[in-house]
Amino acid sequence: MQGHAKQENRKMGAEVLRIVQYLNQFFGGIGGEDKAHVGPQVKSGPVGPGRAVQEALGERGEVVATIICGDNYFAERIEDATAEVINLLRFYQPDAVIAGPAFDAGRYGIACGALCKGVKDQLGVPAVTGMFRENPAVDLFRKHVYIIETEDSARRMSEAVSQMVKIVLKLVGKEKIGKPSVEGYFSQGYLENEISDRPGAERVVSMLLAKLHGQSFKSEVSLPKYDRVELAPGIKDLRSATIALVTDGGLVPKGNPDRIEDRAATRFGVYSLEGKDALDPNDYEVNHVGYTPVFVLQDPHRLVPVDVMRDLEKEGVIKKLHEKFYSTTGAVNIVENVKKMGQAIAKELKNEGVSGVILTST
Amino acid sequence: MLAKELERVGLPTAQVCTLTPVALMVGSNRIVPASSVVHPLGDPHRDPKAEKIFRRGIVEEALRALQLRDD
Repeated sequence: MQGHAKQENRKMGAEVLRIVQYLNQFFGGIGGEDKAHVGPQVKSGPVGPGRAVQEALGERGEVVATIICGDNYFAERIEDATAEVINLLRFYQPDAVIAGPAFDAGRYGIACGALCKGVKDQLGVPAVTGMFRENPAVDLFRKHVYIIETEDSARRMSEAVSQMVKIVLKLVGKEKIGKPSVEGYFSQGYLENEISDRPGAERVVSMLLAKLHGQSFKSEVSLPKYDRVELAPGIKDLRSATIALVTDGGLVPKGNPDRIEDRAATRFGVYSLEGKDALDPNDYEVNHVGYTPVFVLQDPHRLVPVDVMRDLEKEGVIKKLHEKFYSTTGAVNIVENVKKMGQAIAKELKNEGVSGVILTST
Repeated sequence: MLAKELERVGLPTAQVCTLTPVALMVGSNRIVPASSVVHPLGDPHRDPKAEKIFRRGIVEEALRALQLRDD
């Protein structure tokens, strides 16, 4: 298969690049969240988005194999899964690896980022991926790996893929990669000295003037995105503590009365636990696109541990389980909105004399 | 993210989660590894009694995390 293509291109004097692509269970056509637990499998040739990759490569390369793995399988054992997938990749002797693009999918993004980093470090071969700016994996991996900036959904798959392939071809050809804004990848934190036509003092004053006039300006130094919060004082005596349960796993009463969004939630719900020793599965549903709800639907305590908390209360280990639990949806959420919700929940819990919180995320 | 806003007003918050690298990056202070993405505080492979004991183990870990102090 590959030999034939190689012959053709020998005429032009170029070697056909061997590309291996990594996809999750969904883009790999195996299934949805129900298949997120499956381990890595290999298919020869391109699969799904691989066809767009093959098109972008043209005669320069061939997608010789596709490795497909479940998002949960990878996320729950990142190091081991990276090693497993790299072992499968090795066999194909790739000239480069393309992972995803993962768009806004967090677990998929983590898999793509971790894999690309691993391939770079262990195989010494270029590895590129693509993600939406709100994907948590962007900040985790941008310094180590070229991550093309994509939209939040697969609507513009071919554009994302074509930018990824462009960078791959440059990396393989050992060409210089241009600035992030030009090549379309997330900046990696490198500062390069450039000669400007204006002195620094002039540049900074014109930025200030733009800011004062409410005009847009481009900062030359980007501020770090995540602030660090000081540790709140730990609970001194659990026996006199009231503990509240909060979740972003999207557990809501049947019918989702507060109409919490199943992704990118802007609202949270407050649900009474008064008189409840346990959560009845018949009373609740899961409203969250980011994970298969099967197990939590069978037993909501797997997400909101009311049963155990009541035992601890009865035994006097804690004084009280707070009579309300707070719920929202953490799938593909926007930082600003989560911050607002967090502030609102924090205010309420503080006012109600809660001592500490157990927050469960899926 | 939620954990940080809670901690910011002085509410110690233990985050039970699987994607611990994300929690670390975002700056959560008290991270407790969950059982799995799809059943953070459970394990469907165990029988209900054993599963509850397993759940309690993780919750107790979370309560320990809540007691952590800077000194």
